[in-house]
Amino acid sequence: MTSVTAGAGAVPRKPKVGSLERQNRWALRGSYAALSVFVVMFLIPPFYMIMTSLKSSAEISAQKGNPWIAQNPTLENFIYLISNAQFQRYFFNSVWVTALVVVISMTIAILAAFSLSRMGFKGSQVISTGVFLTYLVPPSLLFIPLFQIVGSLGLINNTWVLVLLFPTLAVPFCTWIMIGYFSSIPRELDEAALIDGANYLQILTKIFIPVALPGIIAATIFAFTVGWGAFLYPLAYLYSADQAVLTVGIVRELIRGDVFAWGTIMAACVMGAAPPIIIYTFLMDYYVAGLTAGATKG
Amino acid sequence: MSQVSIRKVVKAYEGDVQAVKGIDLEIGDHEFVVLVGPSGCGKSTTLRMIAGLEEITSGEIWIGGDVVNDVPPRDRDIAMVFQNYALYPHMSVFENMAFGLKLRKFPKDDIKRRVDDAAKMLDIEMLLDRKPKALSGGQRQRVAMGRAIVRNPKVFLFDEPLSNLDAKLRVQMRTEIKKVHQLVPTTTIYVTHDQVEAMTLADRVVVMNHGVIEQVGAPQELYHNPQTRFVAGFIGSPAMNFMPCRLEQAAGALRVRLSDKLSFPVPASRTARYSAHAGKSNLVLGLRPEHILDARPHVEPDQHDFDMTIDVVEPMGMESLVYFTVEGVPVCGRVSPNAGAAAGKSMKLRADLSNMHLIDDSTGKVL
Repeated sequence: MTSVTAGAGAVPRKPKVGSLERQNRWALRGSYAALSVFVVMFLIPPFYMIMTSLKSSAEISAQKGNPWIAQNPTLENFIYLISNAQFQRYFFNSVWVTALVVVISMTIAILAAFSLSRMGFKGSQVISTGVFLTYLVPPSLLFIPLFQIVGSLGLINNTWVLVLLFPTLAVPFCTWIMIGYFSSIPRELDEAALIDGANYLQILTKIFIPVALPGIIAATIFAFTVGWGAFLYPLAYLYSADQAVLTVGIVRELIRGDVFAWGTIMAACVMGAAPPIIIYTFLMDYYVAGLTAGATKG
Repeated sequence: MSQVSIRKVVKAYEGDVQAVKGIDLEIGDHEFVVLVGPSGCGKSTTLRMIAGLEEITSGEIWIGGDVVNDVPPRDRDIAMVFQNYALYPHMSVFENMAFGLKLRKFPKDDIKRRVDDAAKMLDIEMLLDRKPKALSGGQRQRVAMGRAIVRNPKVFLFDEPLSNLDAKLRVQMRTEIKKVHQLVPTTTIYVTHDQVEAMTLADRVVVMNHGVIEQVGAPQELYHNPQTRFVAGFIGSPAMNFMPCRLEQAAGALRVRLSDKLSFPVPASRTARYSAHAGKSNLVLGLRPEHILDARPHVEPDQHDFDMTIDVVEPMGMESLVYFTVEGVPVCGRVSPNAGAAAGKSMKLRADLSNMHLIDDSTGKVL
């Protein structure tokens, strides 16, 4: 019928064979290209950091050959740092501060998120929004008023100040992540648990925490990053070497005036970056998406 | 002793919206009662109030001789099966079923015995080590039922448990639920919007609409003697036909007049019941599709033949549904597939007036 109405002179169009497949192929190529740029951009600095950490001071200052490759790889920078008592102190301070920050932040965030997402009390919506709004205030603006508060508490130049302050940065975002996860858990699950005989604490510990494990891991990673990688607050509030943490310690110890010990700095950076990478890799194994599959009709 | 009494129970939400408007219901020991009604009729809210998942605005709920208004769900000795199964995704089937028993500190060997018994009854013994995500919809619903059974509660509550299953599995699980109730005769309150489920499962059906109970009765009673137009229309599939009519008295006999051309004599058995309404015009004749048949050679009492032009024919295999209009109102009949029904053609049909219902259009009550 259509060929008749199209007229005698019309040439039938050749159907585009495989056009969808071709479109998909191009989309895939585009994705690879964009991702390659992204990967190169982000991997060059760590690569350069690792390479430099494996060079001796002589090789770095010689400025000969390919700067991207260590000609005579050596672990002397790492050995120096590991045997350096001051560096050990920084590292140890960072570890215990971060561990406490993670534990405190996650405890508060999980309890807050559970009550805000599930207990449905008056004003819970407003508080949920308020929690997120506090996260939007830049820490770099807060540190001056906080300096006064910390000073009045007598915590200037005391590592415990970080245990007090870092959770204020980590809790809002962790709570926000956890509210999202807890809200995605079907309400029937807590109702079933209530009828099964669980109280709210048991619902939280036996149902919510295991089910929301991917969310808890994501929030934990965030809290860890806040504690481990922070620079501004430790720089502002801690001035003596025995109280400093790794991020500030590297700068204080290894940059003397205008002398940069590049090899040791980079080795310190590698050692500083190693714990998060190891922890992320370890936690990623447990970061199983779709854990709630099968709870309710999918 | 596991009767459930609902006395003048009201559930009002903010803004004075009443989901349940002061209902009364007595459910006997071991009885299987189905709450049925359209979406928003208050049936699920009623069930959730019995479970303790919703607070009661006013009234009293009694379970096993105790007022449970302020008793938390875990202390009401009830078990509930949810529409979405609500299985704990991180636990195995065994752990799901044992969870309530563990919380109640049952001995380990007792837990194992109870779970094994329930699993055997529900034919899920081979699934005990699996996680819910590795189960099909029907298997998940069995596990949810198992979780309820192991606790041996006073009352089972089912909240539309079959709504998520496909049609075939739904029929199968319906039978399973009935079988389980025969094996474990626990007081059961079952909520559904599917009147077929209600009719097939219930000892008594409670039809709800707009937060009130329209009628309570055995399935057959609701089918044959609905008290309101809503119940008459809700129970039965396809739904009852409602045709505006007036009741005429001529030569000492009552006739239901549907149009100038179409009227039927009222059966003698109904004359006394309807005579007080003679002459009324705001009436509705209710006649189920199964009581509009194809005309047959032999004459039956209270059955009257009439001719109609058929608009649509729906062959169902063992029968055909025919649709026609009476005074602009669509009417459905169930005829034999061999009766020769064809769209656009006239057909001789037969109305079985012995099963007629006369409804007062202004009150919605069946006369």
